[in-house]
Amino acid sequence: MDSRRLPRAVIDPKVRQVGFFTSCDPPPARSLSVPADTGASAIVPTDMSSSPPLTDIYITNNSFSSVRIPPPRQVSAEGLHSLGRAAGSTTSVFAHDVLSPHCWEGIQMPIGSYNSSEFMQGKSSMLSPSSSRFDDIDFSEEEATSACLIRTGSGKEAAAFPRSSGEVMMAIKSGANAPAKSALKTASVVKALPEVTGIQAAVPFHFSFEEKDGGTSIEKQNEGIGAARSKQKTTKAERRAIQEVQRAAKAAAKDAGKGAKSTFASSGGALAVAKQAKSAILPSQTKYGSSVASERRVDRNPDKDGKKDVSQSSMQFDDKSRVEKAKRRAAVGHFEARNSVELFRHLPQYEHGPQLQYLESKFFHLDHIHPSVYKVGLQYLTGSTSGGNARCKEMLLAFQEAVMDYSTPPEKTPARDLTSKISSYVSFLIACRPLSISMGNAIRFLKNRIAKLDHNISESEAKSNLLSDIDRFINEKIIVADKVIVHHAVTKIRDGDVLLIYGHSTVVEMILLQAHELGKQFRIVVVDSRPKLEGKALLRKLVMKGLSCTYTHLNAISYIMHEVTRVFLGASSILSNGTIYSRVGTACVAMVSHTFRVPVLICCEAYKFNERVLLDSICSNELGDPDVISKVHGRDGLNDLENCYDATPSDYVSMIVTEHGMIPPTSVPVIFREYGRDQLFF
Amino acid sequence: MPDVQTLVNDFVLKLKRRKIEGSQASAKQTAELLRSVVSQQRLPYINQATVLLDAVRAVGEQLIAANPVELAVGNIVRRILHIIREEDLTSTASAMEGLSLSANSDDDDNYEREDHQALSAAAVAAAARSTLRAPSLQTLLEGIPESASAPHPSSSGGDSEGKSKSAERSSRSKKLKHDVIEAINELIQDIETCHEQISEQAVGLIHQNEVILTLGRSRTVKEFLCAANEKKRSFRVFIAEGAPRYLGHVLAKELVAKGLQTTVITDSAVFAMISRVNMVIVGAHAIMANGGVIAPVGINMVALAAQRHAVPFVVVAGSHKLCPLYPHNPEVLLNDFKSPSDLLDFGEFSDCMDFSTSGGSPRLHVVNPAFDFIPSKLVSLFITDTGGHSPSYIYRLIADYYSADDFVVRRRSTTS
Repeated sequence: MDSRRLPRAVIDPKVRQVGFFTSCDPPPARSLSVPADTGASAIVPTDMSSSPPLTDIYITNNSFSSVRIPPPRQVSAEGLHSLGRAAGSTTSVFAHDVLSPHCWEGIQMPIGSYNSSEFMQGKSSMLSPSSSRFDDIDFSEEEATSACLIRTGSGKEAAAFPRSSGEVMMAIKSGANAPAKSALKTASVVKALPEVTGIQAAVPFHFSFEEKDGGTSIEKQNEGIGAARSKQKTTKAERRAIQEVQRAAKAAAKDAGKGAKSTFASSGGALAVAKQAKSAILPSQTKYGSSVASERRVDRNPDKDGKKDVSQSSMQFDDKSRVEKAKRRAAVGHFEARNSVELFRHLPQYEHGPQLQYLESKFFHLDHIHPSVYKVGLQYLTGSTSGGNARCKEMLLAFQEAVMDYSTPPEKTPARDLTSKISSYVSFLIACRPLSISMGNAIRFLKNRIAKLDHNISESEAKSNLLSDIDRFINEKIIVADKVIVHHAVTKIRDGDVLLIYGHSTVVEMILLQAHELGKQFRIVVVDSRPKLEGKALLRKLVMKGLSCTYTHLNAISYIMHEVTRVFLGASSILSNGTIYSRVGTACVAMVSHTFRVPVLICCEAYKFNERVLLDSICSNELGDPDVISKVHGRDGLNDLENCYDATPSDYVSMIVTEHGMIPPTSVPVIFREYGRDQLFF
Repeated sequence: MPDVQTLVNDFVLKLKRRKIEGSQASAKQTAELLRSVVSQQRLPYINQATVLLDAVRAVGEQLIAANPVELAVGNIVRRILHIIREEDLTSTASAMEGLSLSANSDDDDNYEREDHQALSAAAVAAAARSTLRAPSLQTLLEGIPESASAPHPSSSGGDSEGKSKSAERSSRSKKLKHDVIEAINELIQDIETCHEQISEQAVGLIHQNEVILTLGRSRTVKEFLCAANEKKRSFRVFIAEGAPRYLGHVLAKELVAKGLQTTVITDSAVFAMISRVNMVIVGAHAIMANGGVIAPVGINMVALAAQRHAVPFVVVAGSHKLCPLYPHNPEVLLNDFKSPSDLLDFGEFSDCMDFSTSGGSPRLHVVNPAFDFIPSKLVSLFITDTGGHSPSYIYRLIADYYSADDFVVRRRSTTS
């Protein structure tokens, strides 16, 4: 059962993804649509009647969704997306490269633009809506896909794809209209298969379900596949004709698809049978073996997530149309930044004030957001939780609570549903404050864990596994890692040293306290800078512990640097070209230290490493509240800019202290190579 | 005299209490004070210049001692000393003329003297000028013995005067004073108008769509940018706020009022932004003889960042900020320390300070320096009211304004 299930999951997403696209509206909650559908019988007329309610639901949902965060959407999107990807990848791997990559691109492009609304989720978010009605609307979605392809495809793709899609469409149509013809339909679909590998996997399965309903046998399908194989190519004229037919039949097909879907949903028992059918199919085509697909999917997952992370950061906010779409999609409303600096138009503008009020007012509407996540989000927004480790920890703990309270809705797999839930939480958190890279890594870890959940185990078991995984992550990657870093770094402090620190890094603080406890005699220079003045809090802690400190501001650093012998800095992230992405001002400190020939030590846990590269601090950054900066009132036309991070070139850094040891900045990519992302993050 | 003395005392007090802010204000007020010193100084019939020099030097010593970090005060004192010498020389020359000496040779002499001064200034030579006279082509050709050709201005002024007829003395003494005061007035005028002269050069240095970064607030920079803006150059300005006083916000407001595209950034964002900046323009507190700059705190950081990104680093400053001294350990010796209250409120950390355990020595120091020293290698260009100069030329420029004898005002006056 499980084996069957997995492949299906893998394959399905693609179809859904497409379907979602066509429908364009955020999908209704599946639970809503399902009851309506289930009532309907397999007969087409009834389906038709059932479909109107569906659309109604749609609309209502829509109105909701504009307000609420699109969690279901995103979440499911996440899962789906990954699935879709996996499917896509399998396609390309297996064969028909010509078609599959292109068509995928074709699909993705519209999606991408659509997706842009969600930073983090990127593409997946758009998908998610479809995911919710995943099971129900298979056909319509497929149709949508094909339609989509035809529409969007550039000449080549369009030419290549229509053939298959057309066939699929036809098949669908026919199938929907006349269940009796299901066998025929399957055959045609199957015929299409070889060429359209990407869709293929999904299609057969769905059809197989239908067949069940129709009462046709699985064997037929298998035969059909064989036939399809033998007859690989259709002529151009044929394709044309098919296309025509398909176009004409679109509406009908859609309805039919819905009908089919409803059928499928209604026949709960049929599911298992369908699965069997699936399994029967799969063995026959070992090439597209489900096991392979599932493997693929697992492997792909992290990559996909990684891409998503990138997409979040690479979401370009200067692209008007994308931003518009993003806004429409966004769960939480966006607000126009009052003043924005030309150079930073591509970054999400800071919108604290209105955002906070908005979120507070929406408290009772955002009921799909777990309260603990909501709390953490507001903490981010107000800044009461800040700092890479603290934010990451809080987020994971909130997710832990959310997982604890989670119960799988009926007819959903925990892996998919929970992933989509987490994604919705993440999108909420992003709305509160853009994620740090370390948080992105942690989320990737969590999703990976969820995706790897064994389907055999019970829900409570799965949950407890997840909880302990999160605990382990916090413990291993943050707490223990910090201890190891402290252990390493303390050896670099000698008696009589004058250590300069900047900002408020928890691990650096621990190092200093540890060195003090070891009885080392040293002095600390705390350098601080507006707007956060985080140094003050650190200074207070250090003075309380009895360390001797000198406090100064960043501008005075070239004065104070004469007496400094070591510089200890924290980092928000370390990128694979050795660039240190850290609290703004770190680069200045490192630069001056470098000029004065003072060694710079960066202390950073390995879970904050990221494979991205960065050359300057402008391409990727986070904008803070410009009002915090301004000291003069009545500034019309005056822009204030607060960027939260900057990128320190690697040549200013003498050493990076991680739990894996002390390395030069040039060796950051080596850490990736040697330890691999699995060990680093998962 | 008591009149002057009270004025001087007032001014010294102001300087000591740092009531006078900015080198332009101090320069101007110093010049005005010294003008009144000169005008009230009673001159004997002989050795007028020496007396005048001594009087100015005595006052100047007090002023410099009052705030050694405000280098503009010392600069003005030195320049007035230089003015007195110059005027004395011209009057001597005219006296010589009256004595029917060759006007030609005299003029040349005068000229030479300046030349020679310049050279000696360049070498920071303390050696006697008479022996160091640079040979000029004319003197060589005409074969006039150098020692005889010109009276030594500072020491021989009195001599020549002694030689002159008593009838001319009174008129000449008045003339000297008058000339000196005229010259000081010109100097004050120069100080006041240096901004205009500097900003005239703005258009030639700022191109369309330029992105300029500055830190803190400098009036010279403001005038410079505004002048370029008035000439219809459109460019963008990033202003680092300039901790601990955050005067960058004030500058930003002023610039916005003039219609410039202005963005305020935090000091910490300087490194992040500098890669998108075409030029850094900052004001200075003083320009040292070796081309180094003493500037408001934080600018060294900007200069280093600019160097890293190969962004031109331009210092705009009036010539009254040219200081003939060579810096030694300027971060400490030529620095001023402001109140810690800029950084921490009074008593902010008193709750966590436990003096009983730390043996009475405070565990928390707050450092709040006022100035940075920027080595000359980080500076691309100086824009003064006399035009643009490279850092390596500053030592020569200084020789135009100061006579080498005055470089050390204090020691001279104390020894004498």
